[in-house]
Amino acid sequence: MKKDFTRGMRHGIPIMLGYLSVSFGFGFLAIQKNLSILAAVGISVTNLTSAGQVAGVGVIAAGGSLLEMILCQIVINLRYSLMSLSLSQKLDQSFTLPHRLIAAYGITDEIFAVASTQPEPLKPAYLYGLILTPFIGWSTGTLLGATAGNFLPASVTTAMSLMLYGMFIAIIIPPAKKNRKILLAILLAAGFSVLLKFLLPQIGDGFSVIIAAVLSAMITAAFFPIEEGEAQS
Amino acid sequence: MSVVIYIAVMALTTYLIRVIPFAAVRGKIRSRFINSVLFYIPYAVLSAMTFPAIFFATGNVITSSVGTVIALVMAYFDLPLIAVALGSSAGAFLAGWIMTAF
Repeated sequence: MKKDFTRGMRHGIPIMLGYLSVSFGFGFLAIQKNLSILAAVGISVTNLTSAGQVAGVGVIAAGGSLLEMILCQIVINLRYSLMSLSLSQKLDQSFTLPHRLIAAYGITDEIFAVASTQPEPLKPAYLYGLILTPFIGWSTGTLLGATAGNFLPASVTTAMSLMLYGMFIAIIIPPAKKNRKILLAILLAAGFSVLLKFLLPQIGDGFSVIIAAVLSAMITAAFFPIEEGEAQS
Repeated sequence: MSVVIYIAVMALTTYLIRVIPFAAVRGKIRSRFINSVLFYIPYAVLSAMTFPAIFFATGNVITSSVGTVIALVMAYFDLPLIAVALGSSAGAFLAGWIMTAF
């Protein structure tokens, strides 16, 4: 059990490093929008999302309604429902309801990506470890960004904004090399996402990701359903 | 309105989005189609989030594209996540530096 926890923490280290730079940018932005350091860190600690938090700060800064806040979070973060549903199929028997209620808090894009591609069923201790290190990175980065301001030159921080996307690519390319069906799902999703972005920009990034991902996964599943036992790969 | 209320509403909404499917779905899903969709979803979500956003990540299409190509090549050779992330950023940084130098 302790071994699972430390293994999870270790797997979370690349995510933690990626989160440091992004949350640094978030902390900086929150201060620019007249939020206090405490509020900025409070948002990061309680939400653990990137796009959702940025949009949320926008609503607060504009003095929007709570309904707008709720709708905004649902639209941007709805993809977590898909991830939670997907992960719920991959849980070990030891994942009882209390563990599910706690661990659900930490399902992010990157944590989901690492967790869902593990070869074996997920144990609570592993997922807690995998959430803890990114959580430390996310809250520390926000604190640093909010307090220190931008001590890095803009040329460095803008280049660092590629880090998370670089990580995503590193996650999806190796399995796509071995499995043509995964490659197809990836290409379709990228294609739909690009089309939506340029043809229907008004639907917004959150919806665009959901539509592109669900469509491509459904098309790939309809033509190339997975074999028995392949689900764990 | 108090910032605390905003943050509480924001956090609760996000938590409910995550916890409802995670806690409510207990049994194994038997449908082969649904299992197939769930199998492809992670790859599809990550791909849809990356493209086309990665081409605009640095605010400059050229430096972003340099970083993208480097990430794709490094990922193709199975390099670790953090190496790909840093390599991609370093490439974009150098591209930006070269562009301002000339």
